[in-house]
Amino acid sequence: MHAISYSHVMQGFPNFFCQPNLREDKLQPRDFHILFVPRRSLLCEQRLKEKGVLNSFTNIDEYILDLIPYDGDLLSMESESSFRECYLENDQTSLYHAAKGLMTLQALYGTIPQIFGKGECARHVANMMLRMKREFAGSQTQILPVFDTLLLLDRNVDLLTPLATQLTYEGLIDEIFGITNGYVKLPPEKFAQKKQGEGGKELPTEPKKLQLNSAEELYAEIRDKNFNAVGAALSKKAKIISAAFEERHNAKTVGEIKQFVSQLPHMQAARSSLANHTSIAELIKDITTSEDFFDSLTVEQEFMTGVDTDKVSTYIEDCIAQKDPLIKILRLVCMQSVCNNGLKQKVLDYYKKEILQTYGYKHILTLKNLERVGLLKPQSTMRNNYPTIRKTLKLWMEDANEQNPNDISYVYSGYAPLSVRLTQVLARPGWRSIEEVLKMLPGPHFEERQQVPTGLHKKRQPGENRTILVFFLGGVTYAEIAALRFLSNMEDSGTEYIIAATKLINGTSWIKSLMDSPEENLP
Amino acid sequence: PTIKLYKDFNICYILVDDDDEDEEDVERVSWSGEPVGSISWSVKETASSIRSGSEQSFPKIDTTPSLSKQGSGYSLSSLFKAKSKPGAFQSFSESFSDTSSRTYAPELRKPKSDGKDVVSDLSPEETVRRMQKGRAFSLEKFRSLQDKLLLLDEAVAVYDGNVITAVLIFLKKSLSKEILFRELMARDVALRHYVHYLKEMGEQKLLVELLKALGRTEDMALMHYKEHLNIKDESRRRDFLKSCLSLPFSQDDATHVQDHYTLLERQIIIEASDKKAVAEIFKKFPRKASILNMPIITTLYYSCFYHYGESEGTFSSPSNIRKTFRISEKQYILTALGARAKLKSWFDVDSLFNTKNWLGYTKKRSPIGFHRVVDILHKNSAPVQVLQEYVNLIDNPDLKLGGALKYKCHDIVINTYRDLKDRQQLIVYREKLERDSPEYRKIQELLNNVQIRWKN
Repeated sequence: MHAISYSHVMQGFPNFFCQPNLREDKLQPRDFHILFVPRRSLLCEQRLKEKGVLNSFTNIDEYILDLIPYDGDLLSMESESSFRECYLENDQTSLYHAAKGLMTLQALYGTIPQIFGKGECARHVANMMLRMKREFAGSQTQILPVFDTLLLLDRNVDLLTPLATQLTYEGLIDEIFGITNGYVKLPPEKFAQKKQGEGGKELPTEPKKLQLNSAEELYAEIRDKNFNAVGAALSKKAKIISAAFEERHNAKTVGEIKQFVSQLPHMQAARSSLANHTSIAELIKDITTSEDFFDSLTVEQEFMTGVDTDKVSTYIEDCIAQKDPLIKILRLVCMQSVCNNGLKQKVLDYYKKEILQTYGYKHILTLKNLERVGLLKPQSTMRNNYPTIRKTLKLWMEDANEQNPNDISYVYSGYAPLSVRLTQVLARPGWRSIEEVLKMLPGPHFEERQQVPTGLHKKRQPGENRTILVFFLGGVTYAEIAALRFLSNMEDSGTEYIIAATKLINGTSWIKSLMDSPEENLP
Repeated sequence: PTIKLYKDFNICYILVDDDDEDEEDVERVSWSGEPVGSISWSVKETASSIRSGSEQSFPKIDTTPSLSKQGSGYSLSSLFKAKSKPGAFQSFSESFSDTSSRTYAPELRKPKSDGKDVVSDLSPEETVRRMQKGRAFSLEKFRSLQDKLLLLDEAVAVYDGNVITAVLIFLKKSLSKEILFRELMARDVALRHYVHYLKEMGEQKLLVELLKALGRTEDMALMHYKEHLNIKDESRRRDFLKSCLSLPFSQDDATHVQDHYTLLERQIIIEASDKKAVAEIFKKFPRKASILNMPIITTLYYSCFYHYGESEGTFSSPSNIRKTFRISEKQYILTALGARAKLKSWFDVDSLFNTKNWLGYTKKRSPIGFHRVVDILHKNSAPVQVLQEYVNLIDNPDLKLGGALKYKCHDIVINTYRDLKDRQQLIVYREKLERDSPEYRKIQELLNNVQIRWKN
């Protein structure tokens, strides 16, 4: 028996096919099957038909994977092209799959009684959900609803957050090294095993691969902290682990020794986990303490607070002159444009010229794409509402406390992600209080209610939390996830958040998805 | 046999590791984890169709049809044993009827459409439903234009991109281009899908025609231009770019494309001649890469490096490139500085900053701050005397002092502290110097000068 699966076929039109050896094996005739993951594509079948091989397959089916759990409170569709498709190509197929994923979720966890949304895509998904529910009316689930509310948010309601450099531990790991499917690949030098008694050890050449999720106790503790608070947490942990190992001196009786020994594996795991994260933190620190990082962050914060967003930034100019990586430049100019609601024509033309001259004319395609999705555009006659939004929603918190945060703005050391702020206000006191601001943000906002079978209405006990599922249509960053977790953990917040998204993104991967021909060597 | 089955969030993941010849050892389990054939499993199966709902163990998956597939209890191996029917999709439900283990699986609730045997008798709605579920379907029976449009509208209504695309493929084959375009223009969603489909399939010609018909001329132009990325041969690429010049770009983009063409054209000429590497400089500093397809600034740097001082008449001269591509003074000086500094041509660097003021005197001017000039010179290992000269030109006193300290321009430091009348700093700085060096003695002299009124 063979199982062949395509990974990442998507709506995709693979021009490569994994070529199983179709050579006839006379002795052992083989059956070939296709299992489309995450779903079958009629277009793929069409291509196979064209190539004349469709009928060679014994079975063709799909294994539907809509929402993949990445952690206890995190689901992702891992649909890389979703943002590009929805906001650039105007192809909203991935939203259909989001709706289907949500239907599956409701089948397992009960109808969600309340749906809130902001944005065109959110509206679309909600409509599809309601329609799908109508089509299967009569087949009500008898499950007590787990979720109280679903919040659908378009990524383009908050274009600013993914552009900013994340400052949580996990966010920085993603920004610098890239987390893929819960794994990160790190430069191996710092992780070389120091074996006792060995002198000259050969340095490992394979990157060190580490799995990152909340099953690792230490990681769960530090992942959402602002990076500047991680050092203290690590040294605290180091003391605890040291003390635990010292206990061996206190173990006198056989029973005590036995108990100590039984704890050893756990302690050793904790120690190895500590070693790994200390190394990672050191790697990150090398970057965050660099002058360049500091300068870049300063400019980001200036833009976010509205300083000098209407003129050419000398820092960006210098970076282009030094031929810094193009994506870094694009993130910064887009940020300036978003914070200024579009750049003055002269400023925009200047940046464009510098970019095209330094990185190549082919990038007019990318610049066009960025303009289309609203990231880098000329100023329109409409006034810049960003300062009002920032003030009303308190997006900039001057006194953000990195060590002991009291507000979500700690994830960017001062900037509260707009998307999470909207979520926060929805829970308490509700969106009615920010009607004016909501109107300034793109797309409709709405509320829908779904019928829950009588008898299944959740009777909330006093002190029991509401569970809200927040679905980011177009991608979510680890910093936003950290901010939502912070809200869940806040005392008497009364709400617990589960996060879903079409994709886990960071500014770099996000901008990259909007570039045409990223394979061509990027300087 | 190495099938690992594990559950997370009530969803089963199955990993198949390697070749599995022996099927007998594989345990057949249902999606809910019960071994197929066990009593509890068959009880559950029966219960799912009656829906008694009293079971505690698992929520019943019985709503959307796509999930009903998961509700059936078949192991992977039994799926793969199903016989194929020639010429049609092997649909999931059809494979049920072939396997003997079906005898004790109760009938799953089947949608009404399954009652129809003849596939070709289906309405647009029913056809679309079948397509969504992966069942066999036939579009050929939709002959009239009206039927086809109904089918398309139905596909759009359910919003399944897969289905919309499949219908569009069918319409593409069975309708004339003009009619299809006309109908699509009235159907925004279908149109978008079609554009996306053509893009993915690389059907440039058709896409360009469609965009033209839609009046999206700029998009059409950019789409066409994008093709240049697929042309590796530089001469063909140049010719292709030339053909793009007449396309309806926006004014801005038109200029850029023109520049792109001109640049590549010139790069080809320069490359052809430089490859021969005749001149001395190519022997001393062999080229690391070809100049083809490099951005303009890189080309300018190359030109400042290998062709500095050539007359404006040649394509390879920096002044020609500067003029043709309208490079700003700032960019030009920065680039030329980098190139000449790399070659340690301090004299050339000097000339870059010389301007004659209105009285005819030469003075030094720079569109970029001199502190940056110093940085670049330092990166290229300029000697202290050279660095000192430019540190002296820094306007801002803090930057100037900073630069002097950083690059050990002792005289400037000493003079600055002297002008600031800062005795303490002079003393501190003196300790950094070698005894009996001229600078050391200079400080000594200053310190001994009774006429200076020190502030500390």
